[in-house]
Parts: sequence; C-alpha cells; structure tokens
Amino acid sequence: MYDFNYHRPRKLDEAATTLSGADDGKLVAGGMTLIPTLKMRLAQPSDLVDLAELSELAGISVEGDTVSIGSMTRHCDVAASADVVKAIPALASLASHIGDSQVRHRGTIGGSIANNDPAADYPAGALGLGATIVTTKREIAADTFFAGLFETALEEDEIITSVIFPKPKRAAYMKFPNPASRYAMVGVMVAETTDGVRVAVTGAGDDGVFRATEMEQALNASFAADAIADMTISDADLMSDIHASAEYRAHLISVMAKRAVEAAS
Amino acid sequence: MPTVSMKVNGKAVSAEVENRTLLVQYLRDHLGLTGTHVGCDTSQCGCCVVHVDGTSVKSCTMLAVQAEGTDVTSIEGLANGDELHPMQAAFREHHGLQCGFCTPGMVMSAVDLVQENSDPSETEIREWLEGNICRCTGYHNIVKAIAAGAKSMRG
Repeated sequence: MYDFNYHRPRKLDEAATTLSGADDGKLVAGGMTLIPTLKMRLAQPSDLVDLAELSELAGISVEGDTVSIGSMTRHCDVAASADVVKAIPALASLASHIGDSQVRHRGTIGGSIANNDPAADYPAGALGLGATIVTTKREIAADTFFAGLFETALEEDEIITSVIFPKPKRAAYMKFPNPASRYAMVGVMVAETTDGVRVAVTGAGDDGVFRATEMEQALNASFAADAIADMTISDADLMSDIHASAEYRAHLISVMAKRAVEAAS
Repeated sequence: MPTVSMKVNGKAVSAEVENRTLLVQYLRDHLGLTGTHVGCDTSQCGCCVVHVDGTSVKSCTMLAVQAEGTDVTSIEGLANGDELHPMQAAFREHHGLQCGFCTPGMVMSAVDLVQENSDPSETEIREWLEGNICRCTGYHNIVKAIAAGAKSMRG
C-alpha cells in the first residue's frame, strides 16, 4: 500500500479536527475493510485517523424499546451481548455471521455502516430494522443514510458515534455467504416494525442495500412465506460478478426472504 | 519514520517502521518470527492469525502501528521451551497438518477458540474455523486435533 500519516487521537473532537485538517484523510475503526482496500491500492489517503483510543464510542445499552450500539463496538461483542440477543436476536445473529471469527474480533458496526459496502451485512440490518445513525453532527434515519454504492449521507468530517435500533415485533436475517470471503452474496433482513414490514436486501443491488418494497407490501397483508412465495425479483438492477449472475442473485433474494420470514414467524 | 513499541511473546520490542507496515510484516521481516505466514493477503485464509491482547486477529489486516502498546503472541510464543503447547501436541498426535502452511494460523485460531469455549462441539469448531482455509487436509484431522487439544487444555 502507499504510505500515509497515522494519528491516534484520544478525544472525539480531536479526531474530527485531524480528519478535516488532512489533505485526504480516512478514519480507521476495525480496519477489516480499509486495510484490505489500502493493500490493493484502491485508496490512497494522505492520513489515517485511528479511533482505537476512543473507548467511549464502544458499548451497548438498552433503553425502553431501543438498543443503542456504540460505533466502535466490535461484531463479536454485538453477537455475544445478552442485551442484543434478548431485545433483537436477529441483530445478534447478523453480527455473528459477519466475516469470520478473527474479522469479528476487530470489525465494528460504525465502520461497516460508514463504508456501505454493497455486500456488507450491517446496512441490511440498519435499513431493515429502521435504525437511526447518530453522528458528531446530527441523527440520520437509515432510509436516508445509505446513498448508493460505498456512499452514505455522511459529510467529510462527520463521525458516527452510535446506531440506535428500535425493537421490532419480530425479525430475522438470512444470508447466503460467499464460501471463501463470507461476504453476503445475498442477505435479507425481514422485520415487522411499528411502521410495518421492512425487507432490506444486501449483496445484490448494483447501487448497494435496498428495500424490496413489493415484498414489504405483500408481507404487510400477510406475514407468511406464502405471501411472497411466487414473487419474482427483477434482475435489472442487480449485480453480476464472478460469484453470481444477476439472475442467480434475484433467485437467492427470493429464497433468503422466504427463509427469513419463516425464521421470524 | 515512527517508532512502534509492543510486547511480542512476552518480550518488549520497539522498532522504527513505516505506518503502512502490516503487523505480519513486522513480525516476519523485522523480528524474524516467520512462523506466521502470508497466504492470501486478502484476509480470507487465516495463515497469518496471531493473538493481540489475547484475541485472535488476522495480522495481514492490521498495521503494526495499530498494535502499539499491545501484547502480541505468535506461534513461536506457544511452546514452553522444548515442551509443545497442548494444542500443538494435539495437531501432531492427530495428524492435523500435511504441508503445514496453514497450521500456525490454525493452531493460534484454535487456542483462542478454546479460551472462549473450553469444550467446543464439532459444529462450533468448524464454524470458528471459517476464517482458516486449508488446501491439503480436508479439515477432518484438524477438527479432531482441536477437540483433543481442547480436552488437553481443560486438564
């Protein structure tokens, strides 16, 4: 990878200032996406701002009907959290299947969501559960946060501090992982929230995570796998790559969605 | 060039490294600890697994500077002089390796598993090893070795 300046601020505001002061700065959280990206020379930041010292950004708390997860909370800690397992088991399950054991020891929810990889799991989790992303500047609803392939609503010096998940009535996440990398070839989060059913799909869309609105409507009428059994997904806006064709992904979405509904029921 | 300091296998070490130096490069090229391997370089194969502050991580996906002030254990840090660590002994006993390239990563990964779960089932072992790929063995003996190593470590 190309070289860079490395900073390890002890305070959040210091992190933001260092980031905006850099020519082309990037935050590093777990590094599970950033480091591989740098190794492949797909990015060339002038400065890396490491959030490792900001322990106040890690942690899980439950307040009434919401679960708040600090942005630096590692995937393994979300997966193992008794609070998350009790309040939103689908979220603990999602976290437990990200990457592999070692990736889960380092990767963070903030990093995953800020990066918005089209095959990452958390974007489907946040969008499917109707989460709110809290930053150093404001609160952003998931529906507005994910703006496209690797793009989010975050401003250049804006740092995610936590993600707030409302407890759904019921939810499940089903994923068809790539056998080597464990990324989602297709991942579907189905959740019956207080605002109705949400179905969020990752791994498949050529513009990143999206909501399958037709499925949502069918499941709002009847929350059962039968309701979406004969629904075909158009492969028009889906990705085709060495792992799967758009057509195959469309088929997988249907299968994973049905399994998610069954698991949630 | 920045100086990075940490403990490796119980010994305090310090060196001048570029910020872009990976932890695996620091261990192999600077410290001569070549037991940790670089297999895929894309964070998938697990040949590079070491422990940082007691938890298994992929050292090819971490910068040396990120490990500042931590306690790192590599495969070289497991044995007690000539006495193999129970997990290493189990791999030998149960023929859990052929070419041996994935083995240090497998052993380090396994030791962390047993630290978290002292009596893992076969399923739990296989799921834990999702981040460790072996080209030679077909995994059966690796899984057997880990189950035996866990039993040994339970005492």
